[in-house]
Amino acid sequence: MRFQGRAWKFGSNVDTDAIIPARYLNESAPDALAVHCMEDENPRFASEMKPGDILVAGTNFGCGSSREHAPIAIKAKGVPCIIAKSFARIFYRNAFNMGLAILESNEAVDGVSDGDTVEVDLSSGTIRNLTTGAVFSSNPIPSFMQQIIYDGGLMGHIAKREKA
Amino acid sequence: MAMTITEKILAAHAGKKEVQPGELIEAEVDVALGNDITAPIAIEQFRKTGLESVFDRERLVLVPDHFTPNKDIKSAEQCRFMRRFAREQGITHYFEVGEAGIEHALLPEQGIVLPGDLVIGADSHTCTYGALGALATGVGSTDLAAVMAVGRLWFKVPETVKFVYFGQRRPWVDGKDLILFTIGKIGVDGALYQAMEFCGEAIESLSMDGRFTMANMAIEAGAKNGIFIPDRIVKKYVEGRAKRPYRFFESDADARYKEIIEIDVSQIEPQVAFPHLPSNVRGISQVGDIPIDQVVIGSCTNGRLSDLISAACVLKEKKIAPQVRLIIIPATPVIYREAMRRGLFDIFLDAGAVISPPTCGPCLGGHMGVLAKGERVVATTNRNFVGRMGHKESEIYLSNPAVAAASAVLGRIAGPTELGVEDRQGGQNDAVSG
Repeated sequence: MRFQGRAWKFGSNVDTDAIIPARYLNESAPDALAVHCMEDENPRFASEMKPGDILVAGTNFGCGSSREHAPIAIKAKGVPCIIAKSFARIFYRNAFNMGLAILESNEAVDGVSDGDTVEVDLSSGTIRNLTTGAVFSSNPIPSFMQQIIYDGGLMGHIAKREKA
Repeated sequence: MAMTITEKILAAHAGKKEVQPGELIEAEVDVALGNDITAPIAIEQFRKTGLESVFDRERLVLVPDHFTPNKDIKSAEQCRFMRRFAREQGITHYFEVGEAGIEHALLPEQGIVLPGDLVIGADSHTCTYGALGALATGVGSTDLAAVMAVGRLWFKVPETVKFVYFGQRRPWVDGKDLILFTIGKIGVDGALYQAMEFCGEAIESLSMDGRFTMANMAIEAGAKNGIFIPDRIVKKYVEGRAKRPYRFFESDADARYKEIIEIDVSQIEPQVAFPHLPSNVRGISQVGDIPIDQVVIGSCTNGRLSDLISAACVLKEKKIAPQVRLIIIPATPVIYREAMRRGLFDIFLDAGAVISPPTCGPCLGGHMGVLAKGERVVATTNRNFVGRMGHKESEIYLSNPAVAAASAVLGRIAGPTELGVEDRQGGQNDAVSG
C-alpha cells in the first residue's frame, strides 16, 4: 500500500480533545466528526486539507481520552496515514482497529516540514520526502496488520475472514 | 519465575503460569465497561459480528454518565440507543439517571469491580480500579465490541515501573498531589505503554479515595495501568460490597522492574498543574497571583466523599469570592446522599456553591459549567488540555479539592493554609459531620 500527500506538521502531545473536541461527541457519524477534526489545534487544517494529505507529528500523538471518534474523524477527513515519533497507547490500538495506518519514525518527523509532499510505502515502511528527496525508514507494519487496514478496520477484517 | 502484580493478573486470566513483558496474550476479561459516548460505537460494531447476545449480561456494564442528564437532543439519542440495547440484552449493571454516577466512582462503590480482576473499559480512566489491586485499562469502542462478543481480548504484557513513596505527607497533601508531582517528574508520556506500580510507606497510610485518585491519573503519564498492592484498607473497602469471590495478588520481592523511582513525599506541597498539560506542575507556593472565574470540584478523579469533606473543611463558615462560580459534583448518588446527610450541602450552599447531580459534565466541556473565552478554572479533574472544558482560549488549572475550595474563597489560586484552615487528617477527618 502506498500513500502520497501534503504533510501537515503538528507538535508533540496532540491530545484527543485537540483531534476532536468532546463538545462534538454527542454524535458518532464519521462525516459529522470529520468537519471538526483538529479545528482547535489548526483551523487551517480543517478548511484547507485535501483527502490524501498526511499528518506528521511529534511524540505521544493521540494522548488523552479513549475516544475512537479521534481516529474516525481523521480517517473520515480523508487522511490515510499518520507519521509520528510515538503514539499514545489507546490511540495506537484504535487507529488499527479503525483501519487508519500509523508509522513511527523520529527521522522522518524531523526530516519533513509542513507543506512538503510525502510518500509512504506501508509494506516496506519507507517514507520519502518528495520535496527534499530525503528517504527515511520506519518499522514496517506486519502483513496481518496491513490486512486490517486494507479491510477498513478490525471489524471489517473479522467479517471478511469469517466469510472466507 | 518472579512476577509483578500486573504480570500475575494477566497470567491468571490467560490461563498461563507466567508471562513476561512484551509477550502478546489473549486473556479472559472479568468486567467490560462502556458509557454514553463510547458504547454507541461499540454497539454498532458488535452488531457487525452478527451475534445476537453479548458474552455475559452480568459482566458488561453500561453507564450513561458523560452528557447526562441529557444535555441536548443528540446526547439524548445516544443515551436512548444505549438504553434500548441494555434492555434488549438484559444487562444487569445498566444504571439509569438517578442510580447512575460517574462510572469510575460507581463501579468500585457498587462492588462491581474487585481485587484481582482484569477490567477493560471504553474510557481512558478505567485505570482507576488499579487502586483495588485489579488490572484495569482503557480501550477504544471496537476493542470493547470484541469483548462484548467473546469476553476475551489480546493484551501486550507491559513493563512495570515501581514508584516508592516514602516519608510523611505534609498538611493538605493527598493522592492528587502525589500523582500530579509524579506526572510532573516523568512527563505525560513518561510511562507510555507501561504499568505504574505505586507503593511505599506514604501509600500505606493513604485512604482508598486517595488511591483511586492516583490510579485514575496513571493514563495522564501514558500508562497502560496504575496499580496498588491490595492491603487491609482495600480489604475493608471491598468487604460488604463484593458479591462474588475476589483475589489479592502481590508482586514478588524479586520481581523485575523497568525502573524503580523513589519519591520523598515530605518534600511535596499541594500541586497545581498549569495549562495545558497535567505534567506542567508547580507547588502551591510557586503559583503567584492568578485570578480565577470558576472552580469545579468533582469528576472520576476527585468527586468522592473524602474529596467533598476536604472541600467542606475549607469552605465551612466562609463565602466564595463574588466573581467566582463554584460547582460541586458528588460523583455518585450514594456519595451525594452521604454528603447531604453529613451536612456538607449546607456548608456548600452557605458558601455560595451550586451542587450538580452526578455527571462527568464540565470535565470534558460537556455541560454544567462550560468555560467562555479567556476564563480560568481551578478544577479537581484530570486534564487541562486546550479547550478541554470549553473555549479553546480558556485555561484549566488542576488541583486537589482543598486547594480548589480555598481558591474559590480567595478568588485566585491559593492553598487552604492561607485561610488558616488546619488539615487534621489529610482530608479524611469527620470534623464537618460532628
